[in-house]
Amino acid sequence: MCGIIGMLNKDGKRIDGSSIKKGLSLMNERGNGQGAGYAAYGIYPEFKDHYALHVFLDNMKEAKFNVEQEIERWGYIVYSEEIPTTDKGIFEDEKIPYRYFFKPDPRKLLGRDYNEKDAIVEMVMRINSQKNGALVFSSGKNMGIFKASGWPNDVAEFYKINQYKGYMWLGHNRYPTNTPGWWGGAHPFGLLDWGVVHNGEITSYGTNKRYVESFGYNCSMLTDTEVVTYLFDLLVRKHKLPLRLAGMALAPMFWKDIERMPEQKRQLHAALRLTYSSAAMNGPFAIVVANTCGFVALTDRIKLRPLVIGKKGKAVYVSSEEAAIRAMEPLLDSIYSPPAGDPIVHQLEVQTL
Amino acid sequence: MISNFIPSKYDVHVDPSRCRLCQRCVENCTYDVFRKEEDRIFTFSSNCVVCHRCISFCPADAISINRRIVNYREHPFWNEESREDIYNQANTGKIILGGMGNAKKYPILFDRLVLDACQITNPSIDPLREPMETRTYLGKKPKSLKVEEKDGDISLKTRLAPNLLLETPIMIAHMSYGAVSLNTQLSFAKAASRLGTYMGSGEGGLHSSLYEYKDNIIVQVASGRFGVTPSYLNKCAAIEIKAGQGAKPGIGGHLPGEKVNEDVSKTRMIPVGTDAISPAPHHDIYSIEDLAQLVRALKEATNWEKPVFVKIAAVHNAPAIAAGIARADADGVVVDGFRGGTGAAPKVLRDNVGIPIEAAIASIDKKLREQGIRNEISLIASGGIRNSADVTKAIALGADAVYIGTAALIAMGCRVCGKCYTGLCPWGIATQRDDLVHRLDPIIGAQQVYNLINAWTHELQELMGAAGINSIESLRGNRDRLRGYMLDENLLEVLDVKTIGA
Repeated sequence: MCGIIGMLNKDGKRIDGSSIKKGLSLMNERGNGQGAGYAAYGIYPEFKDHYALHVFLDNMKEAKFNVEQEIERWGYIVYSEEIPTTDKGIFEDEKIPYRYFFKPDPRKLLGRDYNEKDAIVEMVMRINSQKNGALVFSSGKNMGIFKASGWPNDVAEFYKINQYKGYMWLGHNRYPTNTPGWWGGAHPFGLLDWGVVHNGEITSYGTNKRYVESFGYNCSMLTDTEVVTYLFDLLVRKHKLPLRLAGMALAPMFWKDIERMPEQKRQLHAALRLTYSSAAMNGPFAIVVANTCGFVALTDRIKLRPLVIGKKGKAVYVSSEEAAIRAMEPLLDSIYSPPAGDPIVHQLEVQTL
Repeated sequence: MISNFIPSKYDVHVDPSRCRLCQRCVENCTYDVFRKEEDRIFTFSSNCVVCHRCISFCPADAISINRRIVNYREHPFWNEESREDIYNQANTGKIILGGMGNAKKYPILFDRLVLDACQITNPSIDPLREPMETRTYLGKKPKSLKVEEKDGDISLKTRLAPNLLLETPIMIAHMSYGAVSLNTQLSFAKAASRLGTYMGSGEGGLHSSLYEYKDNIIVQVASGRFGVTPSYLNKCAAIEIKAGQGAKPGIGGHLPGEKVNEDVSKTRMIPVGTDAISPAPHHDIYSIEDLAQLVRALKEATNWEKPVFVKIAAVHNAPAIAAGIARADADGVVVDGFRGGTGAAPKVLRDNVGIPIEAAIASIDKKLREQGIRNEISLIASGGIRNSADVTKAIALGADAVYIGTAALIAMGCRVCGKCYTGLCPWGIATQRDDLVHRLDPIIGAQQVYNLINAWTHELQELMGAAGINSIESLRGNRDRLRGYMLDENLLEVLDVKTIGA
C-alpha cells in the first residue's frame, strides 16, 4: 500500500509545495515513514534550458568526483550546489542531495546518431549502473524530484519544498516491502522530464523488464516504478504514441470489450494489444505519470488500487484518496473515480516553457 | 549356436477362475498374445507391448500383466538395455527403431522449476469471478505502432501482418495422416475447432474429410513434400515448414510401408505399400537464404494471407537458427524439444540428440530479445509438455504457445507403448488397418481431447490468477515468477531464473 497524489494548474499558475505536502501527509496511513517524495514542475525558470540533475551522493569526495567526471564527458555543468536542506538529523542512511544544471555538448556527442534526450538517458543509466556512490534521481528540464526515506512532512521540511513554485506537483507516501529505508527506492521516480508515482505491485515485472531491456533500457533499480517510467519513455517519446493511447497499451482493454467496438476502433485496440503485449502491466497498480506538458493517471484493468480525480477551476487533482484532495482544495467543482484501466490525461493549456 | 535370445519383459496372466472365455482379449489384442485352446486362454507374453487393450476390455477382470524379471548379471555400465540392443543388432544388422519420445533418464527440468503466487502485498485473482484472458495471437507484430491523431480521434496507420487467433495457448501438434489414422486427425480437428485452437496436419497431406476444418488446421510442408499442392496450401489457417523434429533431429520423417494403404497413398501422392522416407534436409534449403525464399514462395502461393511457421528441433544452435528464421520473413518458429514424440525414429537419435525444450525456449527467447526481434516472430514450444504446469512454465520461460502431441494421443487412449511404427495400434490411433481405425470414434475422441485442453486451460487460469496475472501476455517471458529447485548455476543462468529462496 502506498499513497499517491498530484495536482496540475492547467493555466500554468505556479504554487508552492505546502498544499501537496498537506494532501500527502493526510495519507500517512498508506505509508510507514520509510519513503516519501515530491516532483515539482516549473521550479527552475532561471535554468529552464538546462537539465537539472538531482543526485544522491554518498560522500563529497570520490562520489562527487566520479559523477562530475562522468557528466563532463557528455557536456558541461553551468551551476552546481548542494540542494538546500534543513537537516534535523532524523533520517537514517542519509545521502547528500546535490544538483547540477547541465547542458549536453553536441561536440562531445559527435559521431553518435542519437538525439540529445537519448544521450541524457544513456548518461543517467551509466552513472546509476556504475554504482560508485552517486545516483541520479531526477534529470528533466525545469523540474525536480525531492525524496528521502521518511514521512512526507519531514521530507517536505528537509527539502524546504515550500520555497519552490511549480505548476504541477506529484507526491508519494511509501510503504515499502522490497527496499525499505533506501533513499533511491523512494518515489517519485524520474528520467528526463518524466516523474512517476506508483501504488501497487506489478506482477508482469519480469515481462516488462525484458521488453524495455531489449530497447536498451537498463533496469538497475529493480523497482516497478522504474520499469513504468521506461515504458512511457519508450511508447511516448520514442514511438510517439499519444499519452492516452500509451496508457491504454499498458492497461489494455479486455478482448471481450474490444470485440464489441466499432470496426475501426476495434482494429486500433487489437493492434495495440498485439504490438505492445509485453508492455502491458498486470497486477494491482494506480500510477500518475507526468511530463512537462501534464500527466496521465491510470489504474490496472480491474482497479485493484484506488484513484480519484477532482477539479476546481483550472486545477486538476489526482490522488489515492478523496480526503487528500479535499485537504488541498475543500471546495471542488467535481470529483469522481475513473473506471478501471481508463487513462485520464490532463495537460497544460498554456505554453510555459 | 550363439544365444542372442532376449527374455520377454512382461508376464501376461489370465486367471482361469475368473475368465469366462468370452475371447474379447483374443479379438482385441493385435500382437497375438492370446489364443483360446479348448477351455482356457493361453498367453504368449513375449509378444505383449503392455498396451492395456485386453485389460480394458476384459469383463471379468481376469487379466494381469506384470513386469517379468529375468536377472542379468548385474553391471552398472553394461546394463540390460545396452546388452539387449547389442543382441538385437547382432541378430539383424539394422538400426533400432523406436516410437514416442526420448526414453533416457535425463533430469526433467520442468520438475525443477516452481511457480509463484501472490499474497497480501498484492491480491491473487480469482478466475471464477474475474476475467482471465488466455487469448493468444501467433504471427508477426510490428515493433511500434504509427497512429494519427485528429480532433481527438486516433486512427491506425500501421498495417498488421496476418496472425492466428488462439483462445487457449495450447495447440495440437503435427501428426501426419499415415502415421496416425484418419479418425485420430478427425478427432483433433473437431476438438480444435470447438476450442478455438489449431491442429497440425503433419507432413502427409490433407485428407478430403478434413477440409471442412481448414480454418483450424496448420498444414505442414516437410522435406518429402507429400501432398503439397496449391490447393493444400490454401486449405489451412497457417503453413508450417518442418525443418526438424525433436525426436530425431537431423533426419526426416519415416513412415513404414505397412501403414501406406490406398487412402494414405492418395493423400500423400505415393504408391501403396512404399516406405515414405523424407530426406534429411529440404533439398531446396541448404542455407538460411534458401529458407527465406521458400517462406516467400509459400506466402506468394497464398496471397500473403497466411502466417508461415518454421519448425526446428531443439539443438545446441537453436537460438541462432531461430534468429535466422525470424529474419527470413517467417511468422513463427516452432521449437521441438528432445522429448518430442514420433511414430518411428532411430533409437540412437531419439535418445541422444538434441536438448530439452525448457532450455531451448529460454535461450531462443533471450536471443530474439537481445537482437530486438522478439516481436518479429512468435515462439511455439513443443515436445515434452505433460500437463498444464508444463504449459505455464513453458510460457513463463518465453513461449507464446505450445503444441501437445503425445498428451493429446494419451487423451484418446494411447498407452505410450511405443510401437507406433508397427501399424498395429490396438487403440485405432497409429494404424491404418480398417478394423483397428474403427475402434476410435472421432466424436468421442474429439470430446476427450476437448476435455483435456479445456481442463488444462482452466488450470492455467488458476495458476495465472494465483500469480496475480489476468492476461497471458503478462505471463509470457515472465521468468521472475519461476524459481529453480536444485538446478546448477549454469542452468539457472541459461533459464534466466533465480534459485528458490532468492
